[in-house]
Amino acid sequence: MPKLLKDQQISNDDFQILQQDPEEPVLPDGNVLFHVSSIDQAVKTNGLHKGQVGIWFDSDDEPETVANALNQFEIIAVNFPRFMDGRGYSLARLLRERFDYRGDIRAIGDILVDQLYYLKRCGFSSFRLREDQNPDYALAALTTFSTDYQTAADKLPPVYRLRHQL
Amino acid sequence: MYKYDDYDQQIVDERVLQFRDQTRRFLAGELPEDEFLPLRLQNGLYVQRFAPMLRIAIPYGMVSSTQIRKLAYIARRYDKGYVHFTTRQNLQLNWPRLEEVPEILEELASVEMHAIQTSGNCIRNTTTDQFAGVAHDEIIDPRPWCEIIRQWSTFHPEFAYLPRKFKIAVCGSEQDRAATQVHDIGIHAFLNENNDVRFKILAGGGLGRTPMVGSVIKPSLEPEHLLSYLDAVLRVYNRYGRRDNKYKARIKILVKALTPEVFAKQVETEWSHLKETDARLPQQEIDRVQSFFTEPDYEKLTNIDLTDLALSAEPDFQLWLRRNVHPHKKPGYSAVTLTLKATADAPGDASSEQLEAISDLADRFSFGELRVSHEQNLIFADVPQSRLHELWLTLKPLNLATPNQGLLTDMICCPGGDFCALANARSIPLAESIQRRFDDMDFLHDIGELDLNISGCMNACGHHHVGHIGILGVDRKGEEYYQVQVGGSSGHDASLGKILGPSFKMDEVPDIIDKILKTYVELRTPEERFIDTCRRVGVQPFKEKVYAKAA
Ligand code: HEM
Ligand code: SF4
Repeated sequence: MPKLLKDQQISNDDFQILQQDPEEPVLPDGNVLFHVSSIDQAVKTNGLHKGQVGIWFDSDDEPETVANALNQFEIIAVNFPRFMDGRGYSLARLLRERFDYRGDIRAIGDILVDQLYYLKRCGFSSFRLREDQNPDYALAALTTFSTDYQTAADKLPPVYRLRHQL
Repeated sequence: MYKYDDYDQQIVDERVLQFRDQTRRFLAGELPEDEFLPLRLQNGLYVQRFAPMLRIAIPYGMVSSTQIRKLAYIARRYDKGYVHFTTRQNLQLNWPRLEEVPEILEELASVEMHAIQTSGNCIRNTTTDQFAGVAHDEIIDPRPWCEIIRQWSTFHPEFAYLPRKFKIAVCGSEQDRAATQVHDIGIHAFLNENNDVRFKILAGGGLGRTPMVGSVIKPSLEPEHLLSYLDAVLRVYNRYGRRDNKYKARIKILVKALTPEVFAKQVETEWSHLKETDARLPQQEIDRVQSFFTEPDYEKLTNIDLTDLALSAEPDFQLWLRRNVHPHKKPGYSAVTLTLKATADAPGDASSEQLEAISDLADRFSFGELRVSHEQNLIFADVPQSRLHELWLTLKPLNLATPNQGLLTDMICCPGGDFCALANARSIPLAESIQRRFDDMDFLHDIGELDLNISGCMNACGHHHVGHIGILGVDRKGEEYYQVQVGGSSGHDASLGKILGPSFKMDEVPDIIDKILKTYVELRTPEERFIDTCRRVGVQPFKEKVYAKAA
């Protein structure tokens, strides 16, 4: 099972990621993530299902269209098909800052140690690490820098405000 | 000049630690090459034909004599004793060892320098006018804004994996010496009717395979909103820029596909959500950064008549005064260009010995500071006119007084096939053969202002599209050939050159240039510069002359 980094802890990520438009719409037991294209089904299932229900976005999906429905889910995941595909960073910031999503935002897909710091700043609160990643390095990566020059979803004051005690 | 505070220092120090660990994991085989690649690129580290190449940022072209001494030391200790200045106010080491790069970064951090985001698909080093702060036609000093942008873009968490690289240039004077129209974002600072600073924002310019001139997407932006507006532009680009084809991934392609109007509208919508957040720049910070760019301790001097000065001295000195000495906003001062274009030296190269001599001279003649220009030259920005002759005498034996600033032999030239794995053709030997052919200073001065730009392939590192004469290396059945174009310009009236016709072999090129110059001399009116004549007559007369069958 993939490793999960969340709240400074390493555990197993037992969420099952349902594909877009599954041919076999049989719902597995346990925690599941519906692709955003099946959000209606996710809404219906939420609460009835044994296990948590969440939504996942691919990097080219547009959260704008479903913004109002998001806060009823405890978890939203954003997929990185390849770590070089940086769209997920913007999506997470939109979820946190524009749509005021307060649940867990999980980075899934090609999630590597060296991108964790930026992911965290953009609003991700949990990270499903690619199988080969070293969990100790992952934990350490979250504190690579002690201050930052710009505002982001983590809402920490940027250096240009810290300097003037704003 | 900007000085780091504890925050700035800590951030670059932490970067050194981060990169040291990444390099260690790479060398230990824990980090695969394709995953290390973007990490090292974002630290300016390419792996080239013969060795890695490390690109070091010289933010907006400002560098102190202390920093130059450190660079001279680094080049000697970790490389082959010379450095290469690039067209984007960066400096490159061509032969460092990968294992030693973390150590080099540590050395750099000790003098407030770094290699952060000098490469890779991220926001690159912000560039500006090499005469910022001293130009006679300056309206706003662009440097504080460049520094503010530098900090904002450094480790921006949202924009480290863009579709493609992203370059910002700022100018604050009438004449655009920063080529802002061919940048992903160009920023023009100006004063509005109430004398308040405003920015005009252009987007979608660029060179490379599909050269384009940028479009205005925001005619007037308040300074406090600069960062939130940039965030908005970058976010639209990050989400919608093409990622399926790297040759169509620059923002210029997106702006063109959407049209500049629609693109501007999308940015505006995004910005409406961002402008009232913490991304708003506090006035205190603007004031703080501006306080670093105050005037040095100028003496009260009066202007000297440079014509008198010229007549009293050697003819070489007269040429140098005409070409390499520039007007300054302070009476009695001039800015001076040291062209790194002496014949037989690769354009933009400087040795450790030269760098050390240059830093001593900067201390003696120009308040201990230097500028790097996108024409790959160095500038002393604040030289008292009364000491110009003394300076010239000192520069001459160092081979740094070539009086060719802005002339044909002051070329922009990429590293080309001698160093670069992507090259179709070599460019440095071509530059040298042109310099050898046109070594008559009187002739060059008669031809006057002329930008000759050479790129070894269509990636356009040598800006050939915006050279008055542009040369592009092409591959014809495995042989190196050169395509020649005329009529490009990177000034405030930017334009892209037009190709003359079929390409030439290297040994033919100097003759072709000679024909182009003769055509100009025949056709010019007395006031016309080369580019003016090109614009008036078009490419046809040049074409006819160049391809005319020998009689
Ligand atoms: C030797 C190693 C080098 C390599 C492999 C290299 C590679 C490239 C590539 C692939 C591009 C195209 C980017 C695109 O698709 O837009 C590019 C652009 C560029 N390079 Fe280089 N380059 C090298 C050295 C240099 C040097 C030494 C300079 C300065 C003299 C330079 C200046 C530039 C500039 C200014 C551009 C941007 C053109 C634009 O605005 O699109 N490069 N380079
Ligand atoms: S223009 Fe081409 S040959 Fe020249 S440095 Fe750039 S990539 Fe290399």
